[in-house]
Amino acid sequence: MTTTTLAVLVPLLPFLGAVAGLLLGRKAPGFVRPLAVLPTLASAVLAVVIAVRQGGGTGGGVRPLDAATELTPTGSVPIELALYLDGFALLVAILVGVVASCVQIYSTGYLRDDPRYSSYAALVSLFTSAMLLVVYSGDLMVLLVGWEVMGICSYFLVGHYWETPEARAASLKAFLVTKLGDVPFLIGLFALATDTGSFRITKILEAVAEGGLDHPTVIALLLLGGVAGKSAQFPLHTWLPDAMAGPTPVSALIHAATMVAAGVYFVARLLPVFAASAAALVVLAVMAAVTMVGSALAALAQDDIKRVLAYSTIGQLGYMTGALAVGDRGAAVFHLLSHGAFKALLFLAAGVIIHAAGTNSLAAMSRMTGLRARIPDAFWTMTVALLALAAIPPFSGFFSKEAVLGAAEHAATGHSESVPGSAGWIVLVAGLVAALLTAAYATRLWLLAFRPPAPAQHPAASHGTEFGTAAGVTEVPDHGKQPVVMNAVLWVLALPSLAFGIAVGTLPDWFDGRSLDPTLTTSVLGTGLALVGGLVTYGAWRHTTALAARVPMGAVAAHPEAEPAVSEAEAIATHTPAYGSIASAPDPADPGRLLLGPLYRHAAAGFRLDAVYAALFVRPVEGLATLVRFLDREVVDTYVRGAGTLPRWLGAAVRRAQTGNVQTYLSALLAGSVVLAVAAVLVAAGA
Amino acid sequence: MILAAAAPQGFLSPTGVEVAFLLVGVVTFAAAIVTVTTKQLVHAALWLVVALGGLAVEYLLLTAEFIAWVQVLIYVGSVVVLLLFGLMLTKAPIGRSPDADSGNRWAALTVAVAAAAALVWVVVDAFRAQWIDLDVPQGTTEVTGAILFRHWVLPFEALSVLLLAALVGAIVLSRKADAGEGTGAGTGTDQGTDAGADAGAATPDKEQR
Amino acid sequence: MHLAYPAVLAALLFCTGLYGVLARRNAILVLMSVELMLNAVNLNLVAFDVWLRDALHAGQALTLFTIAIAAAEIGIGLSIVLMVYRNRGTSDVDRLRDTVESAETAEPDGAPDATAAAQKAEATA
Repeated sequence: MTTTTLAVLVPLLPFLGAVAGLLLGRKAPGFVRPLAVLPTLASAVLAVVIAVRQGGGTGGGVRPLDAATELTPTGSVPIELALYLDGFALLVAILVGVVASCVQIYSTGYLRDDPRYSSYAALVSLFTSAMLLVVYSGDLMVLLVGWEVMGICSYFLVGHYWETPEARAASLKAFLVTKLGDVPFLIGLFALATDTGSFRITKILEAVAEGGLDHPTVIALLLLGGVAGKSAQFPLHTWLPDAMAGPTPVSALIHAATMVAAGVYFVARLLPVFAASAAALVVLAVMAAVTMVGSALAALAQDDIKRVLAYSTIGQLGYMTGALAVGDRGAAVFHLLSHGAFKALLFLAAGVIIHAAGTNSLAAMSRMTGLRARIPDAFWTMTVALLALAAIPPFSGFFSKEAVLGAAEHAATGHSESVPGSAGWIVLVAGLVAALLTAAYATRLWLLAFRPPAPAQHPAASHGTEFGTAAGVTEVPDHGKQPVVMNAVLWVLALPSLAFGIAVGTLPDWFDGRSLDPTLTTSVLGTGLALVGGLVTYGAWRHTTALAARVPMGAVAAHPEAEPAVSEAEAIATHTPAYGSIASAPDPADPGRLLLGPLYRHAAAGFRLDAVYAALFVRPVEGLATLVRFLDREVVDTYVRGAGTLPRWLGAAVRRAQTGNVQTYLSALLAGSVVLAVAAVLVAAGA
Repeated sequence: MILAAAAPQGFLSPTGVEVAFLLVGVVTFAAAIVTVTTKQLVHAALWLVVALGGLAVEYLLLTAEFIAWVQVLIYVGSVVVLLLFGLMLTKAPIGRSPDADSGNRWAALTVAVAAAAALVWVVVDAFRAQWIDLDVPQGTTEVTGAILFRHWVLPFEALSVLLLAALVGAIVLSRKADAGEGTGAGTGTDQGTDAGADAGAATPDKEQR
Repeated sequence: MHLAYPAVLAALLFCTGLYGVLARRNAILVLMSVELMLNAVNLNLVAFDVWLRDALHAGQALTLFTIAIAAAEIGIGLSIVLMVYRNRGTSDVDRLRDTVESAETAEPDGAPDATAAAQKAEATA
């Protein structure tokens, strides 16, 4: 088979798997699991095969694969089924395939008894297929198809636990917010096609290289709207933390490989278009900076373990857009790849933790002992992933993050001709601050989840032996062994998190050829700040953990024996009743509270951005809807009712005539006949 | 009749036949009026006999003798008897019943008077100058028999089928629910009591079926 | 004889019968009034037949047929009246109001009176 055929098969296989899963799900439940796992696994393998065949991509001197076929003429700007496989596409496709396979395998354990598993698995397959289509497509319209299919799939998957109001609201929010970005995105695509005369990426890039763009800033800003929506950048990031109401594997899929990666990947593909406008790059840089710092602060205050990870995703995506803002798409995609691996790992491990602890609340976990011993696999892999997230040197996150910071420093010092220095400085400073905060919240997460509260500092500990350690501190309930598929997947993903950094030397061949090696200044600065953040958090935790034992908190799932997904759904549903908010818990033992001080309240609520949106958009729309309802009910309906009144009165009159008395009917009939006859006679007589 | 044939005819010179026709017509009309207005139901049937008999006389005056005898035989002889039986079977009150007329009476009167006015006006207007020549009898039994069995045989036979169907239908309809053992097939009074007894017990009977 | 005499008499008898049909309460009296109307038509038929001197005597033949059909009608009609009387205990025309349009507020099973019950019984029979 040619490489092109294989490349077509990569998005097609999960799609066919999804269709078959949807069709057969009810009739043949035995086929659902193979139909879910095998096509995704096959396309992952195919993606690797294609990458090996293609070799080193553009940097290695091999031309990118570019194939197209036009199904039918489509007006002035042709739409073609085009493939465009350069180094970025090949590597991102491998990431998508691997993560999606891991998620599918993990889901077989995580949702093993779920009655809606068949549709869930089919939607995950469809999601994967759509993302692979986005990755491989060489035509922007075809890319848009995958882009939108992902939107609707995310709606269904985030709303998988639709019995809970949180999941329903979150799925709607995810759909609406991403759609809000997609409208300018679509207009931007049309504007781009009008300017360049094609939807083909290669032709667009050629046209841009020749300076053929008339309105680069407008187009770039319009496209950024869609990117911000999909990749959860400020100010359209608010859907992502709420999307945690979905099942954990879905979160892993959305955060690591598919949905949010699509925006970054899209900008990376069309970077010359954005680079044509310095203003767009500065906007992108500011967006990235605000996203990085704000999300890191918010992550420090979240109580739900998955929401911490969600905000960290937003922050890491901020790094990627920052790298794009300084014109280095190699660094951006490098971070995308390493982040995809360790974030998928973080989420899947978090799923195990939530199941084992029976709660998604860090405040409740911080009062439990023995979690580490109960789930050693999740503990070790999560530690690796958190170290990678905090960018501690030997782990993959360090290399990719240093590549971003290095690119920012490169731009800030004026070595890059197309990128304004201000963008470089913004990204560099924000990136360093975010590195500190990232390490802080990673440490907080690890400490709260896995370190039992220090018992020696508690006065009741000395005479509370039969209650374990102390009042308010409980042993983790024993839920039996975690499913082996889930643990195996964790180790598979731990490998790249641990060792992806060694690829730093060869990766530039796949990308633009620019070196991704960490530079000394940023490495020292970044690692130092990360260590400072970790140590400060540890100190704060030492200070506050004594309080944990004194304030008992926590609500655990009511059905610990059920499949993991049930525990999670119950945890999500009970968080608000138990703690008063979906995001935070009134826990004095939280080191984040000490670190953030007065900022804590606002950070926990995501800096009240949702409230701002509610005041700016939701309430005016609701007011308009009320007005329209009033107009419809009171004004329009009045006419309608008025029109109905006369016939009703007539009907009432006619009704009264229906006495049921045959003689009355006959009288009326004959009277009418007489009148008619007389009239006829009169007419005949010529009167 | 000789006069009628010879003299020029006119309203003001009625012949004997016309006088007789008029007198009988007035009686017939009066009997009909009483039939539809009397409060005593049985009297209504008896006055109907007078009206129908008057009509038979009118047929005779119109030289349709066979029709006249058939009228007497069928109507006066059987139909009125049937009606009287019906009255008895439905336990019609003997004597004055104040509610013989329905509340529709005034509407009925209006309609009837209007219809009568219209019809009489049209008829008089149309046949003002037409006379019937009664010299040659038109409806002797011989003539009627000849035309009935020469020209109208087929409708005549079809009519016999109709009568048979009506006979069967009437029997089926008036048969009592569990009758058929031949107990109540006696006189009219027997049937009346049976019907009365049956009417009281009709509902449970039907529901059992 | 003047043609107007039988014609006017027939018209008057017809309208008398009409009044009876519309005004009488007892179904048998209604049937009597129907007989009056039929006879008025018969009179017309005979009178015009005699006047026209029809070769086939269609008027008289039709009169005979009408009389026969009227006999059949009265038989069937009386049996129907008897049936109604047996089922409902009355033969008053204006009390047979099953097709009445009930008032807006009345529900279908609101007032199970005698007629409704009888109607139900008839339906089950």
